[in-house]
Amino acid sequence: MPSLWGLRERVYNQFRASFDIKGDLVKPEMAATAPDVPLRKKDTFFRFVMRNKPLYIMLIPGLLYFLVFKYVPLLGSVIAFQDYNIFKGFLKSDWVGFKWFVQFFSYPNLRRLMVNTLLISLYQLVFAFPAPIILAVLLNELRNMAYKRFVQTVLYLPHFLSWTIVFGLAYMILSVQTGLVNQLLMALGREPIAFLQSAEHFRKLIVISGVWKEMGWNAIIFLAALAGINPSLYEAAKIDGAGRWKQFVYITLPGLLPAIMILLLLKIGHILDSGLEQIYVFLNPLTLETGEVLDTYTYRVGVLAGQYSLTTAIGLFKSVVGFILLVIANRASKVTTGEGLY
Amino acid sequence: MRIKRSFGEVCFDIVNVTLLSLACLAVMIPILHVLAASLSSTYALTHSEVTIWPVDFNLDNYIIVFQNETFWRSFGVTLIVVSVGTALNMTLTVLTSYPLSKMYLRGRQAILLFIIFTMIFQAPLIPTYLLVRFLGMLDTLWALIIPSALSAFNMMLCITFFRGLPEELFEAARVDGMSEYRIVWKIVVPLSMPIMVTLFLFYAVAHWNNYFSALIYITDARLRPLQLYLYQLLAQFNTAENYNAINELLAWDVSPQGLQMATIIVATLPILMIYPFLQKHFIKGALLGSLKE
Repeated sequence: MPSLWGLRERVYNQFRASFDIKGDLVKPEMAATAPDVPLRKKDTFFRFVMRNKPLYIMLIPGLLYFLVFKYVPLLGSVIAFQDYNIFKGFLKSDWVGFKWFVQFFSYPNLRRLMVNTLLISLYQLVFAFPAPIILAVLLNELRNMAYKRFVQTVLYLPHFLSWTIVFGLAYMILSVQTGLVNQLLMALGREPIAFLQSAEHFRKLIVISGVWKEMGWNAIIFLAALAGINPSLYEAAKIDGAGRWKQFVYITLPGLLPAIMILLLLKIGHILDSGLEQIYVFLNPLTLETGEVLDTYTYRVGVLAGQYSLTTAIGLFKSVVGFILLVIANRASKVTTGEGLY
Repeated sequence: MRIKRSFGEVCFDIVNVTLLSLACLAVMIPILHVLAASLSSTYALTHSEVTIWPVDFNLDNYIIVFQNETFWRSFGVTLIVVSVGTALNMTLTVLTSYPLSKMYLRGRQAILLFIIFTMIFQAPLIPTYLLVRFLGMLDTLWALIIPSALSAFNMMLCITFFRGLPEELFEAARVDGMSEYRIVWKIVVPLSMPIMVTLFLFYAVAHWNNYFSALIYITDARLRPLQLYLYQLLAQFNTAENYNAINELLAWDVSPQGLQMATIIVATLPILMIYPFLQKHFIKGALLGSLKE
């Protein structure tokens, strides 16, 4: 059964040759049983460490980093169950059980927050998720390689621009007085629209700017999956009289399915994360109504207003929901398509 | 052998090329428009005469940007963060990846799991903020460097690459009495230039583009990196509260848009300049990355 590792191995080995990348992709389990240096079986763990002391010393700074900056905050999530006081620290603050969760769920604006978060994610899923897949398929159908490379060069570029710059560009072309889009609207005899200050257009703007920035880049994985399809399948189909459309439906699409399912599952696991950096930069007081999501609320109420325990509870809620969704979606996917993350 | 294409296929090809050209235009036009407008006169800009070609070419907007002390300060902050941050990133990544690329390392599986776990369960925002605050790094440049000192994702790329290097080479060096640290510095790094360049670009671009850490950790206006400066410059006029600032600019015969556009271009330029290199190396990285994510 193809798994995440199976797909990765296949795609990776296909592309290794073409890009001249050294190094094999080996499953972690396999790697453990196939060491490149014979194990000295008599060594105890301690003696092995002493013999290879420099290797372990090199690991210390990196592991310390992960411990302090990744594990400590994870443990620090316990403040969701405390009345966290910055002076008492999280060892001495009072325990309050589920108080913050209760408060969060009885928050009058919760409905709006959840609706915004879920709607933006849903729009992204429906409109932004298929974009790179379609792009990869279209690119794959191009016959002129120079043109293909040109399109790729142009479409990958926005990935490297920061959200601030993307916002800046949007701000300029959507400007009411001077923006290109409003110039066009006015030339067509329509009223100019203040897109960035309008709650009505906020979600569209998030989805479109997301597609603009990441479509090209996200197509790479699908291009890799396409390149992994055995060309003889296409030849056989041609001999059997299949046209380009039939080839697409019966060969290309099934070939893409593993990659699509895996990315879809990951996306579902992140349904409550709506891209904090992107949304925050586009948000302003006039668009809070439709644009405020769990993440931006966490930032405003947590970092700016100091409600640490409440916002940590929100973060914890998000992680738990994301994890449960991922497990359910993975199960569903395995039953229906045979693809899964693990 | 050339197979004659059917009418339908020719149509498809035409539609396909058109669609992709439109996608390219959609990406290029905003950038070209802002570039053109930033190079145009204030009159042309405020009277909507600029499309994607400068009207009354002049550099006034850039002169104002470059005369601004706050801009240079932010630019300096970004340069420090990019250089110190990337140097730290590279050192930590190489040091951690080298031992973990050795299959015979005892405890390797456990350590890898320890690291992969952090990729699945991301550190939550508020506790991380409190930690940085507890460590006394708020309102220092360390807050922009230390919390992102190492990326598990980039480390996995590095490990994958290192595993392709022949162990016999290291064995020979050891026999010649080379210490493990010198092996890393004198053999591993020079032999791994492709991945070193990729990682360097990954880290440097991430630092250059990062505004969110600064938004969270930095309140001191003197320590704002360029991206945060740009964000505030845009947000300032987005809410149209700052009439004084606008009037001041108009006295210079420069419109706020012109100034903002010039700043956007200046903040984008380094990325555009290294993009040819990025393209070459990042694609490899992205592929490896998508596999090791």
